[in-house]
Amino acid sequence: MFGTFTGLQGNLFDQLDRLQRELDDSFGLWPQAAELRSPAVGSWPPINIGATPQRVDVYLFAPGLTADELDISIQQNLLTIGGQRRIERAEEQRWYRSERHSGEFRRAVTLPEDVDPERVEATYRDGVLHVSVQRRESAQPRRITVS
Amino acid sequence: MNAKTSTSMTDTAGTAARAAQDAMRPPVDIFEDAEGITLEADMPGVSKERLHVQVDANTLLIEGEVQIDLPETAEAVYADVRSTRWRRSFTLSNELEADKIDASLRDGVLRLRIPKHPQQRPRRIEVRTTG
Repeated sequence: MFGTFTGLQGNLFDQLDRLQRELDDSFGLWPQAAELRSPAVGSWPPINIGATPQRVDVYLFAPGLTADELDISIQQNLLTIGGQRRIERAEEQRWYRSERHSGEFRRAVTLPEDVDPERVEATYRDGVLHVSVQRRESAQPRRITVS
Repeated sequence: MNAKTSTSMTDTAGTAARAAQDAMRPPVDIFEDAEGITLEADMPGVSKERLHVQVDANTLLIEGEVQIDLPETAEAVYADVRSTRWRRSFTLSNELEADKIDASLRDGVLRLRIPKHPQQRPRRIEVRTTG
């Protein structure tokens, strides 16, 4: 099931694409322009996207939140997820590591054009936000009979 | 390709070694107060049933398996998370009571409280002034 995502690792083109993104972000010199909304490498929270002909599933790995700290909106096929995670780091404690993201976050995802913004469902479980967006009927594969 | 990869990932042979190698390091916060050390780790996608916290001699291991509902037929379009496992280990020093670790998991955040031995807690030392 999750193998769908791990399988991506072996794809050469995907790795090249990632390399390009990294170059793009670190130097800004890469001849091919980055998409305006493409995230910087290491953006928080990480996202996975899976698609079937019926729907698109977006997973946001953002633990330690409550539903009211999340702000999800969709405009046509642009899905935006924002919020904030406040981690109180008291002065009187001696801190050794503070690697966890604290503060505001926002990520925007351009979905396929055939998604229906009226049919979106979001659930939050074990620190993963799952946004499921249905696609329009016309985009789904149809069997065509030869007469 | 996807179905095949998924199968090979669940095969037993060599999976443990592979999993350890491919595991992601959860980001952690670690802080100390007079009574002990607190560790908080982001492990999104891990349920209580798939979480594993273990102390072996002076090594603390935290490990968890990610599970999300993805339709069998789904095609991956984009993935920042490319592993199904979180794993990280730490060394515990002697003044900590490894057998009294308290662990809780909530919304994908693991919180460990590791108390110090009572006799090891810091004592305030009075400085006497001699007249």
